[in-house]
Amino acid sequence: MSGPSKYIPQSGFEKWLDKRLPIIRFANDTLIDFPTPKNLNYWWTFGGILAIFLILQILTGIVLAMHYVAHVDFAFASIAHIMRDVNYGWLLRNMHMVGASFFFFAVYVHIFRGLYYGSYKEPREVLWGLGVIIFLLMVMTAFMGYVLPWGQMSFWAAKVITNLIGGIPFIGETIVTWLWGGFSVGQPTLNRFYSLHYLLPFVILGVVILHVWALHVPGNNNPTGVEVQDVEKETVPFHPYYTVKDGFAIVVFLMVYAWFVFYGPDLLGHPDNYIPANPQVTPAHIVPEWYFLPFYAILRAIDFDIFIIPAKFGGLAAMLGSILILLAVPWLDTSKIKSMRYRPWGRIAWFVFLANFILLGVCGFMPAEPPWTYIAKAATFVYFAYFLIVLPALGVIESPDMPPKSIADSIHPKADKSGAGNPVNVVVK
Amino acid sequence: MRKLLTLSLISAAIFGAMPALASTGTAKLMSAEGSYEGMFGRFDRAQLQRGFQIYKEVCASCHSMKELHFRNLGEKYGPFYSPEHANPNENPVVKAIAKGYVIADVDASGNDVERAGLPSDRFPAPFASDAQAKAANGGVAPPDLSVITKARMGGADYIYSLMMGYGHAVPHGVVVGAGKSYNPYFAGGVIGMAQQLTDDRVTYADTEANKGIKPTAAQESRDIAAFLQWASDPHQTERKAAGLGVMLFLFVFALFTWFSYQSIWRKVEH
Repeated sequence: MSGPSKYIPQSGFEKWLDKRLPIIRFANDTLIDFPTPKNLNYWWTFGGILAIFLILQILTGIVLAMHYVAHVDFAFASIAHIMRDVNYGWLLRNMHMVGASFFFFAVYVHIFRGLYYGSYKEPREVLWGLGVIIFLLMVMTAFMGYVLPWGQMSFWAAKVITNLIGGIPFIGETIVTWLWGGFSVGQPTLNRFYSLHYLLPFVILGVVILHVWALHVPGNNNPTGVEVQDVEKETVPFHPYYTVKDGFAIVVFLMVYAWFVFYGPDLLGHPDNYIPANPQVTPAHIVPEWYFLPFYAILRAIDFDIFIIPAKFGGLAAMLGSILILLAVPWLDTSKIKSMRYRPWGRIAWFVFLANFILLGVCGFMPAEPPWTYIAKAATFVYFAYFLIVLPALGVIESPDMPPKSIADSIHPKADKSGAGNPVNVVVK
Repeated sequence: MRKLLTLSLISAAIFGAMPALASTGTAKLMSAEGSYEGMFGRFDRAQLQRGFQIYKEVCASCHSMKELHFRNLGEKYGPFYSPEHANPNENPVVKAIAKGYVIADVDASGNDVERAGLPSDRFPAPFASDAQAKAANGGVAPPDLSVITKARMGGADYIYSLMMGYGHAVPHGVVVGAGKSYNPYFAGGVIGMAQQLTDDRVTYADTEANKGIKPTAAQESRDIAAFLQWASDPHQTERKAAGLGVMLFLFVFALFTWFSYQSIWRKVEH
């Protein structure tokens, strides 16, 4: 929440700098004094976890890049070199590889938390939109990163996904050739993917700064979805209250992460990616990393032409649409109530949506044959229906419970027995 | 709390379904009973030495292992590590092994020469080119074994099962071509490699550590599985040992942050 700054420069240098570039004031206002609602639960700690993982991925990635060779003949061997001969190379590479999985796990929790508590609603539409852009950039970065080891899955994932763009009517083929830098996935493709894989994390970092900025204007949402009314009574300074709480959550999350890094670094990957890329041999099942499976299922679900739209382009459009639709959520959800805590039907719909998302992941993993092709189509329909039908309609027809009048009320429910938290049958529009 | 329960139920369901999802239609793998499995599992050095012997005397005639150098054998936790020779390039056993190989090189005047191997050399491949490897093996090049246990579902258990998977009756509908064998653990069931590990295929060195160990097909298969597991992931022991320290540190750190959290928030109603 932006408000008058409480920062008082102490030393002479701070006073001098504050008149010229108030960067210490900025850091103080965003990381120390920032008033944060008292009632945030652990689902709110994933923002901090994501920040830690972005930094972790960038740092391990920079060192890995010092040893990696982006060449079709040497990329695979250079990974083996990192794992065997580079001092602690095995640690860096495992951290980076497992880190990608945990980064995505955390971002999914973060997104679903936002959907549950209505964190995308006024006045946080821009904050949410920036988040969707970060997610999209993460998807691109992770996809290109997966290609770099130049294993079988790397090569074929690159081939399958870039081929999709060829489905764009008229200009598709030209774009694909331009993207590949040739007439197939090869050396120019690997080189540019490496270049972009190094560049995009810093673009993400930039958008994250905007994301944090956009968070600090309206301030945090909270589990009640009721905005802060009394800063003194309802908020605490970010430091030490949330640095210590987020810190605890981060350490616990890192423990799970460390278990995978040290005891199961390959559990989340696919064995085929330890087979060097071979353009002549197609793997039996081409599957992406687990965190892309739901979107891969949506892509494959459109295996039929829609009027004049060929299936290939339809699948690509559905996959992109399934992410881009998130940008429109603030306007698709018509309910005035933010938090699903007070929306009996909305809450059920959210749980169905979550279960459906996991089901899509299973569909993406399974070979594209019945019954999975049918299940994938149904699940794809449910995915889009949640945004295009359920969210717009529920806001009109649902009778929500009455949220507490304020955050302070939710902390002291006894103080007001008259109605807070009790269901009332009024249609809130 | 309820949500935490929901989440753990969902993840339990996913993890429970994973083995079912992972099955690829081949036979269920047999366990190699590796001492290296699990968080506290470590390699048995004598077993790694026996496994290397099998690689050298049996596998290496068709399979390359090009990401490995001879020096790797003498690195810490490797089959021939010796504390007196922390630098594996000076390890006499490693030097002797390397010397037993002929390495193609180019001399100072640009002539092709052949010289004895050095610890810093990579394991030479049995075939000069991929095409030659294919031609000599019925059209399919034998895979490189550098990271083979990482490249197959089931890892060391897969290697053990595959080695032990010969001699089964061919099911109806499976056509085994000339020069091929049936092996239910191999994807598709028809494999170009004939049965390799049989009783007494190698003779184990008569050392204290090998006392009572007979070179049966099962023992040989276990030993090669252990060696290839090490070759695919030579830093496994370091990784597991470091992991223990990291987990312990994070646990203590978590306790400290938890108590700080409790003490800082004690007076805040939320």
